[in-house]
Amino acid sequence: MGNHVLVIEDEPNIVEAIRFILMRDGWDVSTLSDGGLAEDTIRARRPDVVILDVMLPGRSGFEILAALRADAETQTLPVLMLTAKGQGRDRAEAERMGASQFMAKPFSNAEILASVRALAGV
Amino acid sequence: MPRLALTGGRVRERRLALGQRQADVARAAGISASYLNLIEHNRRRISPEVLARLADVLGTDSAALAQGSEGILAMDLRDAAAGAGGARPEVERIEDLIGRFPGWAELLAGQHRRLGRMERSVAALSDRMAHDPHLSAALHELLSVVSAVRSTAAILAETEEIDPVWRARFHANLHADAERLATGAEALVAYLDESGDTEEPGIAAPQEELEAWLVGQNWTLAALEPGAAPEARSALLAGSGGLASGAARQLARDWLAQAASDAAAIPMVDLIPAVARTGLDPVLLARQFGADVMAVFRRLALMPGGTLGVVICDASGTMIFRKPLDGFPLPRFGAACPLWPLYTALGRPMSPVQALVEMSGRTPRRFRTLAFCRPRLTGGFAGPQMAEAAMLILPADGVPGETLAVGTSCRICPRPACAARREPSLLSESQTAA
Repeated sequence: MGNHVLVIEDEPNIVEAIRFILMRDGWDVSTLSDGGLAEDTIRARRPDVVILDVMLPGRSGFEILAALRADAETQTLPVLMLTAKGQGRDRAEAERMGASQFMAKPFSNAEILASVRALAGV
Repeated sequence: MPRLALTGGRVRERRLALGQRQADVARAAGISASYLNLIEHNRRRISPEVLARLADVLGTDSAALAQGSEGILAMDLRDAAAGAGGARPEVERIEDLIGRFPGWAELLAGQHRRLGRMERSVAALSDRMAHDPHLSAALHELLSVVSAVRSTAAILAETEEIDPVWRARFHANLHADAERLATGAEALVAYLDESGDTEEPGIAAPQEELEAWLVGQNWTLAALEPGAAPEARSALLAGSGGLASGAARQLARDWLAQAASDAAAIPMVDLIPAVARTGLDPVLLARQFGADVMAVFRRLALMPGGTLGVVICDASGTMIFRKPLDGFPLPRFGAACPLWPLYTALGRPMSPVQALVEMSGRTPRRFRTLAFCRPRLTGGFAGPQMAEAAMLILPADGVPGETLAVGTSCRICPRPACAARREPSLLSESQTAA
């Protein structure tokens, strides 16, 4: 397993923080803020783990997840979903659509790091 | 409610007015004097047979003696009993309750009405929480910023050696996020404050507010008649602006605009003699005035001193206008009795439906009903096709002929075996009667 994480999130300061934490832990981090470009970027860059926000401009995180799960190539790609809408409905939806993990904002840095490590099987 | 509004009290009042002794009346009616005494003090329920005999002895009819016992208070108490859940209130002793503890009965009914309003209010509020896009977006934004702040602050606090360039960047981010949080929180508070002030979602259904307002106007809107002083008209419109919710004000505005154009087509000064000439036939009256039949129904509802009820429903059967008539209780919430000729008419547009009905109740009362349905084509050929049905309700006590047995609403209707029943009645009367 490689060490490439793609962060798809439109809140620039969250992206910056996550990038810093993961880089200090030795991960190779790339970022994207537009949901519309997510699928193409994932196909081109082939990340090992994707951190995906639910509410994105261009295309919703759920739609992106559904497209990834429908494609044989990305069916098993580890995806960590982020949401700001609490635990209830979004968590159920994320599980139903096949998210590997789910995390509600505001999360702690340690949680993010532990999740990425677990998803990458480190 | 005064004691005399109850059947027992009326019996006593009538007996005293005739100067008769309790023992004599009791003997003539075939009951014991002590039983009559209990009846007169509203301590015993009167069966329709005994009531008929007493009415005979007292030279009056049962309906006159029973009037009022089927009033709003009794209906609300029955409705409260219907929703009692585990408790088993003594429905058959409601009159007893009203007679002996009028204050408690009024309190109970008032609380039941308030509970209904609060349930609607809660439903409206939770609906708003779940579906308000602004609230949802604002919270998402706040949580996102909180998330960024938490991560950034943790990095600054926990990372021992941090590159000065990164540190400066994180400090700047924190500062910017703190500003965003402050603005976002303020905007959210302002939004919640404002919405609390301007709307009272579902505190009372807008329809109910409008109805209460019309009751306050005594169902007479003289200021809308052609030739009325313009100041009177503006005063009326200004008065309707005092309704609590925006929805009710809008409803009142639309309703008044309609009422004004109805009044122009069918002025009250002409309608009253026309009714005296032709009788209460909305179709004939519409022909005379060259007006819409529905407009005639609406005008009759506003006729001064008219002892008549009018209900109008849309294609879904939902009542959009209701002028109640004593003895013919209209359901306060939810759907009405499906046997009402109103709904027969709804299924047969443009065909007049006339029926003699008997409203369920301890002393069933007769009414003559005239119902009519007309399609509404506000969208023209492009549709959609809608419908509106109206029913005129006229007292018909003592009018002979076969009647259709109807009720108010299944939940509080005591008719044990009814082909149209959609849910069991929760009245214990339905069990004892069966």
